[in-house]
Amino acid sequence: MSEVKSVATRQSYGEALAEFGKKYDNLYVLDADLAAATQTKIFKAAFPERHIDCGIQESNMVGIAAGLASTGKVPFCSSFAMFAAGRAYEQVRNSVGYPHFNVKIGATHAGISVGEDGASHQCLEDIALMREIPGMVVINPADDVEARAAVEAAYLHEGPVYLRFGRLAVPVINDNPGYKFEIGKGVTLKEGSDVSLIATGLEVSETLKAAEMLSADGVNAEVINIHTIKPLDEDLIIKTAQKTKKVVTIEEHFVAGGLGSAVAEVLGEKCPTLMKRIGVYDTFGESGPAKDLLHKYELDAEGIYKQVKAFL
Amino acid sequence: MTKNELQQKACDVRMGIIESTHSAKCGHPGGSLSAAEVFTYLYFEEMNIDPKDPKKADRDRFVLSKGHTAPGLYSALAYRGYFPVEDLKTLRHIGSHLQGHPCVSHTPGVDASSGSLGQGISVAAGMALSAKLTNDNYRVYTLLGDGELEEGQVWEAAMFAGFRKLDNFVVIVDNNGLQIDGPVDEVNSPYPIADKFKAFNFHVIEVADGNDFDQLAAAFKEARETKGMPSAIVMKTVKGKGVSYMENQVGWHGKAPNDEEYETAMKELKEAKEAVCQK
Repeated sequence: MSEVKSVATRQSYGEALAEFGKKYDNLYVLDADLAAATQTKIFKAAFPERHIDCGIQESNMVGIAAGLASTGKVPFCSSFAMFAAGRAYEQVRNSVGYPHFNVKIGATHAGISVGEDGASHQCLEDIALMREIPGMVVINPADDVEARAAVEAAYLHEGPVYLRFGRLAVPVINDNPGYKFEIGKGVTLKEGSDVSLIATGLEVSETLKAAEMLSADGVNAEVINIHTIKPLDEDLIIKTAQKTKKVVTIEEHFVAGGLGSAVAEVLGEKCPTLMKRIGVYDTFGESGPAKDLLHKYELDAEGIYKQVKAFL
Repeated sequence: MTKNELQQKACDVRMGIIESTHSAKCGHPGGSLSAAEVFTYLYFEEMNIDPKDPKKADRDRFVLSKGHTAPGLYSALAYRGYFPVEDLKTLRHIGSHLQGHPCVSHTPGVDASSGSLGQGISVAAGMALSAKLTNDNYRVYTLLGDGELEEGQVWEAAMFAGFRKLDNFVVIVDNNGLQIDGPVDEVNSPYPIADKFKAFNFHVIEVADGNDFDQLAAAFKEARETKGMPSAIVMKTVKGKGVSYMENQVGWHGKAPNDEEYETAMKELKEAKEAVCQK
């Protein structure tokens, strides 16, 4: 296989902000002393007057963003997922969600692939928390191309948006001229008939690899990328479930409350289908290199392959 | 407005608080009454606002960080002409635009959804920062309870506003001395309040009687003239002010008057207003 370019989506986030900052002069970026890690430093270098470092105050930062939004600016609040969605959950809910303010939350370092920092910093519940907030859009891009497109789509969307980015470099899989990003629209990456593999975020590229391994065993898997967990592309999910009769969800998140739950909710009500949810099961993460962790928790291609085989 | 006219309005605002909480059979009269003068002063004297154009871009902003005292805010908004005074009787009723705590999308004149304590001050600081970023001239006011100062987020916002020298920003502390579980200095003392804000790089204005319009007028004038730093107006008030049996009674933090108590309160407030009118 030819060498595929890999980029961490936090890098895409920082670069996209700087790019769209040129185009949209009411775009502001807030950070909480993590500009070097969230990559908003790129925006800061280009537009220092529109970059507001709040210091280590995630709760206050979300309130400041609400105030900026209420006066017509479009703020992107940046921190690690653990703090943006976790520590500041109630501020996001009450200061942003309830008044439906036009605030974008750019959460980097999501999931177990944070790596060596360990469980305290590995947020595996942000999708669950954010999708509970009425009116909140939740996006988890799969690669560099999608992450950049998601940043602009979030800017153009009127209302609160949660964007999930990762620290680990992931293969660029969407670098093709036909690529189009639409909030709420899932993407079928590979047609198949035996099982539907529905993945999100960095698990999309791992799932594509797992599908190749399954193919060698004669299993023809359909692969779907759900970059928007809310609003969920229910039609696409029901269609694929009706087609293959077996659905597997794959995410770098707790199986409770994330993509797997969202898909199960839809299928349970509208198209009962046998399911397997691949993700993290009711345990905290731990320190270690990201790739080793993804392997240990069976979230790399090999782990997905094994779990799908067992399910079938 | 003259001091006498403001005093009359404050009586109206108090009657609106009693009317609305009585009708709701719940709500927070104590901390609404302690702040009746400051609500009145802000909406009838201090702020650049237009009830006929609640969203006008250059309006001054007010965020009720101590959102549970919404009856006081709603009463001031109603008497200022944002919506009919009659609406106050729908407070907390199903379908009403007057929610238990303020919400932007429900009530004309409300600029932030607040009530989860400690959050309103951050949103208000964000509005003040916003004006600075684009050279807009509006000012931003936020009212906090003294118990609310126990919330850590208050001090995050204070550090931020002080550091950023937001001199278009005024934090008002309603120091009525009581919170749900008792006197603030017996629950988890926020004192010394003035020194804390000074340490966070605020210009602090202490008001000995926050239920007195002369003192409020002087304080807001001083805040307006303060450049290069935000102002904190720390005002001593009486919780439940204006209703004899509610004054300084912690039990009236979050309890509505029954029919008999309602009659007594309204009688007292009408008499108080008549006395002001005859001056």
